Amino acid sequence: MSRRRAELLVAVLLLGVAACAVMFIVVYAQSWAHLTQYLALCLGGALALLGAALILAGEKLFPAEEEAVEEDYPPTEHPMEQYEANQLLAETAERFTRKRLLAGAATAAGAALGAALVVPAASLGPLLDTKSFYYSPWRRDRRLVNEDGRPLRAEEIEEGTFYTAYPEGAYRDELAAPLVVVRLDPEELEMPAGREGWTPRGIVAYSKICTHAGCAIALYRDPKFAAAEPGPALVCPCHYSTFDPARGAEVTFGPAGRPLPQLPLLVDSKGDLRAAGQLSGPVGPAFWGVRTRRPSA
Amino acid sequence: MSRGRRQALLAAVLLAGLGVAAVALAAPPSGIVHVPGGSKISRRQLGAGLFAANCASCHGPMGEGVERANNRGAGATTAQGPSLRGVGELAPDFYLRTGRMPLNHAGEEPERQRPFFNSREIAALSSYVASFGGGPKVPDPHPDFGSPAEGLSLFTEHCAGCHQVVGEGGYVPGAKVPVLQHANATEIAEAVRTGPFLMPKFPKSQIGEEDLNKIVAYVLASRHPDDEGGLGIGHLGPVPEGVVAWLVAGFALTGVCVLIGSRLKR
Repeated sequence: MSRRRAELLVAVLLLGVAACAVMFIVVYAQSWAHLTQYLALCLGGALALLGAALILAGEKLFPAEEEAVEEDYPPTEHPMEQYEANQLLAETAERFTRKRLLAGAATAAGAALGAALVVPAASLGPLLDTKSFYYSPWRRDRRLVNEDGRPLRAEEIEEGTFYTAYPEGAYRDELAAPLVVVRLDPEELEMPAGREGWTPRGIVAYSKICTHAGCAIALYRDPKFAAAEPGPALVCPCHYSTFDPARGAEVTFGPAGRPLPQLPLLVDSKGDLRAAGQLSGPVGPAFWGVRTRRPSA
Repeated sequence: MSRGRRQALLAAVLLAGLGVAAVALAAPPSGIVHVPGGSKISRRQLGAGLFAANCASCHGPMGEGVERANNRGAGATTAQGPSLRGVGELAPDFYLRTGRMPLNHAGEEPERQRPFFNSREIAALSSYVASFGGGPKVPDPHPDFGSPAEGLSLFTEHCAGCHQVVGEGGYVPGAKVPVLQHANATEIAEAVRTGPFLMPKFPKSQIGEEDLNKIVAYVLASRHPDDEGGLGIGHLGPVPEGVVAWLVAGFALTGVCVLIGSRLKR
């Protein structure tokens, strides 16, 4: 393969890198990001082409330099040598445009690949506008329903087990929607100040989303003999963050930094459980300014 | 008191002490007392005798529980224990048939071992405990009626967070989670309904009878996984699988590197 053809091929490969990287950005921006195979295909293709371009450049474009260094300076009195030198100079001038093509292709490939790697960072969330994190579907008098949409009745909530509840008539996939509901002996409750009357008949409700990494609180520790065993606890199965349901879900173990937000409850005239207000704090993992505001509808 | 009388008293006290020691040594080392009389006494008498000898010191003479230990006098309650009123036959049957009771020390986690009593003694104790204040009967699950596939999704939802997806057990804050591979259908159903130690109970409103059949069917089926990948590696999931992959792949890659290096030298 001649040097000229090799240079052209390298340029084409580099442009291919740029094209693949741009395709990655397009796939990502079109919210086809769930099609991870296509994303991998684009990124993998870009990297493979880049590798091919580097190998080709290393093999065909640069070895001449090493040879040139090893050669002795040619004696001036040989006309043949001088002719060759002139020839080389002329060739260099002719190659100037191809060199620019190569440099341009390399720049395009680098820029596109860099952009492809940076673009997904946009999905980390709004940097300054955190308003949407405070949204909660809960509001006063909204009923608590179970997985099947049936209202939870206060009298059917038993001690020693735990229930999952959702807001009636609201979108369940909202982070603030699911609750974990347990009933404790009202005499054992030691709620933080200002939460009087939030726990009718000893029934407490907290956000089911762990404040550490956003997993669902799926474990409930229920001692059979409180005098000699660890107390009741809501536990996240991901990293074992442990919350005390009798004390406003304060963290007793594990990596979580904040207590689970609590929902004040009331029992209506029919005996159904309803929200008596808004959650006590923002739901889920921490973000900038998480302790400054309460959620709202 | 004359010298002779004092010596006689000392001898009597010593003898009494030796007698107590002999009685204590004669008892089985585990401290379990079996009521003599065997099949001649009624079930109720057997249950009452076993309870008084093995259970009452922590659970109270009438199963009322012991909030504060009291070592003095007759009917001494030597350790704390929960009330048994309202637990029915279900809980004692579970704890006794899995060897989880009696405990060595109050408050320690009951662990599965060979049962201390035979099945007649367990039945007698269970019905005696149930007579303290009613409660649920021993459940009768029918895993043949339950689909293991649906059981898998129910097990994942309710149980796998602690017990691991094929019931290999694990650890949670405050407890060692038992392996489920040795429990039979009745014991699994009993554990779901009663919630032993720190486990929450799951009443019928949470897990209905049909769903319970499915869960039991799945736990029984999970003992013989297909192992489509070849080795099961303890069925402990991605961590040991990853370790094996790293070890095997690591050695293979090192071997390739050594091979390449030796060829280059030549």
